[in-house]
Amino acid sequence: MSLGIVSAAYVAAAVLFILSLGGLSGQESAKRAVWYGIVGMGLAIAATVFGPGMGNYLVILVTVGIGAFLGMQVAGKVEMTEMPQLVAALHSFVGLAAVFIGYNAYLELNAVQSIMADAPSVLRGEGLATWMHENGITGFREKLSHKDDVEISILKVEVFLGVFIGAVTFTGSVIAFGKLAGKVDGKAVKLPGGHLLNASAAILSVILLIMFLNGSGMWTLILMTLLAFFIGYHLIMGIGGADMPVVVSMLNSYSGWAAAAIGFSLGNDLLIVTGALVGSSGAILSYIMCKAMNRSFISVILGGFGGTTGPAMEVEGEQIAIDAEGVAAALDDADSVIIIPGYGMAVAQAQQAVSELTKRLRAKGKDVRFAIHPVAGRLPGHMNVLLAEAKVPYDIVLEMDEINEDFPETDVAIVIGSNDIVNPAAQEDPNSPIAGMPVLECWKAKQVFVSKRGQGTGYSGIENPLFYKENTRMFYGDAKESLNKLLTMIS
Amino acid sequence: MKIGTPKEVFDGEARVAMTPDSALQLQKLGHECLIETGAGAQAGFSDAAYEAAGVTVVKTAASLWKDADIIAKVRQPETAELKRLSADKTLISFFNPAGNEEGMDTAKKKGATVIAMEMVPRISRAQKMDALSSMANIAGYRAVIEAGNNFGRFFTGQVTAAGKVPPAKVLIVGAGVAGLAAIGTSTSLGAITYAFDVRPEVAEQVESMGAEFVYLDFEEEQQDGAATGGYASVSSPEFREAQLAKFRELAPQVDIVITTALIPNREAPKLWLADMVAAMKPGSVIVDLAAEKGGNVEGTVKDEKVVTDNGVTIIGFTDFPSRMAAQSSSLYATNIRHMMTDLTPAKDGVVVHNMEDDVIRGATVTHAGEITFPPPPPKIAAIAAKSKEKPKELTPEEKRAAEVAAFKAATKQQVGVLAIGTILMLIIGAYAPASFMQHFIVFALACFVGFQVIWNVSHSLHTPLMAVTNAISGIVILGALLQVGSSSWLVMILSAISVLIATINIVGGFMVTRRMLAMFQKS
Repeated sequence: MSLGIVSAAYVAAAVLFILSLGGLSGQESAKRAVWYGIVGMGLAIAATVFGPGMGNYLVILVTVGIGAFLGMQVAGKVEMTEMPQLVAALHSFVGLAAVFIGYNAYLELNAVQSIMADAPSVLRGEGLATWMHENGITGFREKLSHKDDVEISILKVEVFLGVFIGAVTFTGSVIAFGKLAGKVDGKAVKLPGGHLLNASAAILSVILLIMFLNGSGMWTLILMTLLAFFIGYHLIMGIGGADMPVVVSMLNSYSGWAAAAIGFSLGNDLLIVTGALVGSSGAILSYIMCKAMNRSFISVILGGFGGTTGPAMEVEGEQIAIDAEGVAAALDDADSVIIIPGYGMAVAQAQQAVSELTKRLRAKGKDVRFAIHPVAGRLPGHMNVLLAEAKVPYDIVLEMDEINEDFPETDVAIVIGSNDIVNPAAQEDPNSPIAGMPVLECWKAKQVFVSKRGQGTGYSGIENPLFYKENTRMFYGDAKESLNKLLTMIS
Repeated sequence: MKIGTPKEVFDGEARVAMTPDSALQLQKLGHECLIETGAGAQAGFSDAAYEAAGVTVVKTAASLWKDADIIAKVRQPETAELKRLSADKTLISFFNPAGNEEGMDTAKKKGATVIAMEMVPRISRAQKMDALSSMANIAGYRAVIEAGNNFGRFFTGQVTAAGKVPPAKVLIVGAGVAGLAAIGTSTSLGAITYAFDVRPEVAEQVESMGAEFVYLDFEEEQQDGAATGGYASVSSPEFREAQLAKFRELAPQVDIVITTALIPNREAPKLWLADMVAAMKPGSVIVDLAAEKGGNVEGTVKDEKVVTDNGVTIIGFTDFPSRMAAQSSSLYATNIRHMMTDLTPAKDGVVVHNMEDDVIRGATVTHAGEITFPPPPPKIAAIAAKSKEKPKELTPEEKRAAEVAAFKAATKQQVGVLAIGTILMLIIGAYAPASFMQHFIVFALACFVGFQVIWNVSHSLHTPLMAVTNAISGIVILGALLQVGSSSWLVMILSAISVLIATINIVGGFMVTRRMLAMFQKS
């Protein structure tokens, strides 16, 4: 395949990737959109493999084979509740690959430079090209050999950046994976020194960059990688569980920028385009998540909730418990029901029971809908996927802005495993740490049932006045068990 | 502080302002409780019960008034009682300040503080000490019971072996607290219940209690209860005519009429006229809860039960709460206890008479040697206004102007961003080589396209979006593929690993996305 055809294939792949992301605007078109992505990827890989300057086909065949097998295994087995972990784990791969490719680019550059230094100065044009081929300068090396001094400096910056972002993405994603999978404590942990450590590591990296540009060699690159590993680790360790949607989308963004940086150093436009698409996608998701929590991106990254400006409003009343019979009776009388799922539903694996409940209530002619807060769960859109898995039709699953106004006309609101996203203090108490965060106004429904394990507070550790409201009843117990008990009473 | 409750001196008054239960709560606030011997006897609370609750039983009224710092009682105090007040004492009771200037003068001269329970403002926070409402609730209930006592038939309709019994028809005029309580009692006894009120917004409350709201064929002004603190106000003559016509129509049908129509600080309006009484069936019963203020019914005699020539019983009792002394005492005592809770914010037995507090200010009629009645309107509106003020309708010109302004602002912002972007590009372009700029343009355009595309992705598909972007960020495989042919072993191994993990990413990401999307099903 000639370079021209390869370029054409790249253009097609880029267009297909854009269509693939654009197609996600609706559930139906999304099914087609994935195919665009797959075809685009196939096209890009095929064009590269059969393009000019390739070698070691056996290695490619074996590694791609093993990789594809492992990928299929993982994708086939993963539970939908484990999606956040999977996404985080996959991000770490992109990060690590970016680090390796960056290293390679630099190693190849050194190799080319040392070979070119020996080139006989009498050779020109054709002669030089032939000599270079004889000395192993083919493919990627050939491209490098054409660069002048300024271009080599820029290349070095690009390599450095690509490795840095890749390394941060790698350790960050590994930690995020650990936290989401419960293998690392979900609480925000910071080493003494806090953000100063991160800042000094970043400054040190900049110094290393300057040294690297002045030819200090491979050790600066490796040292910087270690520093970046540390930054990624420390940054994500300092962020608590409920901020995970932001973290995961942020890492998504980083993996994209890493790919784009690698694209620059390799001079590959398709890598740049794809990296930029992924990078901006992740950035927008992070923005949406932050907005949903009414927090700035900076404050999420810096971890923890900010200090309050005054004493929290005193909560009056008491939490009143209710048993399954009570809930069943109320549901029997209700005409309209809104269910608000949260991370607790995912933890208890209660989505099947929720779906069954929905099915039975709908069979009785009741209007059942779901209200999804943008940050419910640990991944953007997490709840939608869980409910879809449990076969809850997507047209009754609504987002906050669509459904918030309907609560006053609703008979029963059922809160399953969510806390902060239904906390009225966000609106009523200006001193609350979550003041101003948009919340689902479920307390405006005629009756609210809260399925919750115990009397504890939510992630942010603040009291939820919803639980003390007159129209709220607490349905204590594991969400799955409680709902199954409830199901026996609703036929 | 010492809180004392004397025996009520008013003839026939059975209520008492302190119960053993409320005394326990008052002691928790750090107060000491005193009671005159026999004060609770008629309400069913013995001296022994009080003693068991830690209350000191005092032998005479005189010593109680002398010992106690705060005197809580039910009825409006008599002059002899007022004379026992002194500068350091506080009296909490019904006081009727609007019709009791003499009493206020006496209290003022004595320098005592008087808190009138009927003056507690009608705001949400003060509901727990709203004694008028708790007494009205009892009066409404008792009115139905009293009517039933004088009514010769069942309330509920029955078909029995001994014949069919028609249900009683009950009309309740005025759906305030007492009216609503009467509706609840009447419907739960099984009667067909109708209710009328001049405030159409209470129709919903009436219907929620199971009664039928009587609508008038009348469209003029619709009274907004929120403007008058939730009370009814005087209606126009035309409205009144329409109302009376409706009552005339109903009079022959109904068996029991309970009138509860009161307007604050006024004589009760006459709503059930003599001709309506005459039109009723013999054996019918009328209970006039407004008897104290002159009655809603023509023919009502205060505190008495009369039977008209055509056999209609008219009950004009004014002591319904006292007739249920045990219940009304416990509710009233709780109201008093809540008032004390507000007066002792630190729960340390020290009374802080905060005249800035809406509730305390509103209820206080004399304080520190001055008459403080009538109070200023409370800072918080009594009841939510009927409807929020509609946003002002903009004229077409104003709309147009706003649109133009918004358009201009947006243009300004966009042009600003573009200008800054262009300048940055120029700066980069001035220093970077051409080969870099080529890639950079591609990069900038791709970012732009990405931003445009991603905003349209629906919220529910954010997880699939992440999985897809994950898969396509596996595009770094291209870099590894290009390097894998290198003659250097190290480079080859590193790129082989990269190819492997990038493939996992691509295959895993796409497959899991497909799995997820296949799950999204329409109902």
